[in-house]
Amino acid sequence: MSVHSQPRALDPNHPVPAEPARRSGRDQADLGGRTLNVFSHAFLLTWAVLVILPLLWTVLNSFKSDDEILTSAWSLPGSFSLDSFVRAWTTANIGQYFLNTAVVVSLGVFLTLGLGSLVAYVIARYPFPGNRVIYFLFVAGLTFPVFLAIVPLFFVARSLQLANSLPGLALIYTAYYLPFAVFFLTAYFRTLPDSIADAAFIDGCGHWRTFFWVMLPMARPGMISVGIFVTIGQWNQFLLPLVLQTDPDKYVIAQGLASLAVSQEYASDWSGLFAGLTLSMIPVLVVYIVFQRQIESGMVAGAVK
Amino acid sequence: MRQGRYRFIVGALAGPIVLYAVLVLWPYLQSFYVSLTDWSGYTSERRLIGLANYERLLKDPVFWISLRHNLLAAVVLPVFSIGLGLFFATMLNVAGRAKKAAVQGVRGASFYRIVYFFPHLLSIAVIGVLWSFVYDPTGNGLLNGFLGLIGIDPVNWLGSTKTAYWAILAVIVWVSVGFYVLVFTAAIGSIPPDMYEAAMLDGASRWRIFWRITVPLIWDTVQVALVYAGINALDMFAIVNVMSAAGGSGGPNNSTQVLGNYIYLTAFEHGRFGYATALGVALFVVTIFLAVITLRFMRRDRVVY
Repeated sequence: MSVHSQPRALDPNHPVPAEPARRSGRDQADLGGRTLNVFSHAFLLTWAVLVILPLLWTVLNSFKSDDEILTSAWSLPGSFSLDSFVRAWTTANIGQYFLNTAVVVSLGVFLTLGLGSLVAYVIARYPFPGNRVIYFLFVAGLTFPVFLAIVPLFFVARSLQLANSLPGLALIYTAYYLPFAVFFLTAYFRTLPDSIADAAFIDGCGHWRTFFWVMLPMARPGMISVGIFVTIGQWNQFLLPLVLQTDPDKYVIAQGLASLAVSQEYASDWSGLFAGLTLSMIPVLVVYIVFQRQIESGMVAGAVK
Repeated sequence: MRQGRYRFIVGALAGPIVLYAVLVLWPYLQSFYVSLTDWSGYTSERRLIGLANYERLLKDPVFWISLRHNLLAAVVLPVFSIGLGLFFATMLNVAGRAKKAAVQGVRGASFYRIVYFFPHLLSIAVIGVLWSFVYDPTGNGLLNGFLGLIGIDPVNWLGSTKTAYWAILAVIVWVSVGFYVLVFTAAIGSIPPDMYEAAMLDGASRWRIFWRITVPLIWDTVQVALVYAGINALDMFAIVNVMSAAGGSGGPNNSTQVLGNYIYLTAFEHGRFGYATALGVALFVVTIFLAVITLRFMRRDRVVY
């Protein structure tokens, strides 16, 4: 790659440098850079194809008939029939799984952000005896693998009637995502200036009013980052629903698709399964394209800090 | 103005703490006790049997196979996904044709970034189902269909003990590269551009710039990514559960078995809750151990700029 778009000698403002050694070094870098550019595009393009191809193939297969799927991996669909989508949505219950996931995740994210911000706010801005203990109790939850708790959790959830219940699953999601929310939001609330909260108190706001009307709106960027991370995490949960939701009517989408893929009943309905996969990818793709910037910065903020 | 301070603190923390204590802390604490019992099946009977579960674990070949698979993944996955992530992030951000000595990414960088990251948003269970179709043992699968075009006989990717584990690792790399590209893009973005410009003017080669500027200046991020990837490699539950032969058995012949899946099967398929929890404790110990040694090895002077 070239450091300058044209040779320096032709540039009247920059006379040829005196040191020939430096110059030849730059020429070498120049040459190396140009080949690298061709290579880099080849590598980048190859990986892009490797990513897109399986996804595209899945979408195309959902339009094919079962016969077409079983003849050749590379054929294009003869006609674009939407039958398989209808079958997946209704007979294979993808519609129901979608609805369940939407209920659990929206309730779970709402509760995680609500309770998490409340805990973080109190920890960050109210020194009281035991403040650090509570903070560390929550942060400890980040270091333990869920597999450690899964057996006792299964029995706790059953005895509290939280198993096989969508609000129950949302509560459990909330509990397990609280450490993450508390950890990042506490750091965030600490960065907010004291003066505004103090002004709110002088204006006669109580503690709750100050939290909801002054501090929470100020914490919006932090809430969005955490919210994105929590949404993606809960949308993709697999272990918790698999263990806690044994009633097929309560399955979430990931669990539902996985069980369809191994169940004998649907084993022959290839196009239906591909349609189910496609249906599960579309909302994610749409949301990603619309909120791309927020999702990417939210993921980075959550991962690096 | 600070009236009702303690009432607010108690009111704000009570709900989240009860939820967290009952659904997270209590199960975690209980697990250490449960691992010392012979709890089996769905009866309430459980007897303390001391360390018998741990003795059994040490003699259990499947435990060692699972652990080996997890640890191998903890070495292989970071090398490939972080290596590729770093490589692509460099290409996308500083390998472009420079105009007037300014560093920039290749053309289409944002397109590549969006494409690479998309798989990371899909549920890992959905990706498992999708890739099971890609790996289909007949010529109808995408991969075998492709090999057919160049005259290679179909390979039973997930059904053969030789290939199954590596086929699953490849999927994890496929999913995670885009995430690291994103993380490293953010890190590279915070390097002052004049450092690159100065190095280019001095005629430093691309390769030197990469090792002498990019890597040292984003080392903190690389380190976090390595720990993150290593700890993720200790999970692998969803992908193995969905992709392993015979409905999540970790087969064929335990060739894809990992601790997470073995714990799940031991508890919820075989009803051996005490033993499964002891396996969970072992996983916890390995997680902590791995995090500590990774951080030890990675310690390196931080570059301040």
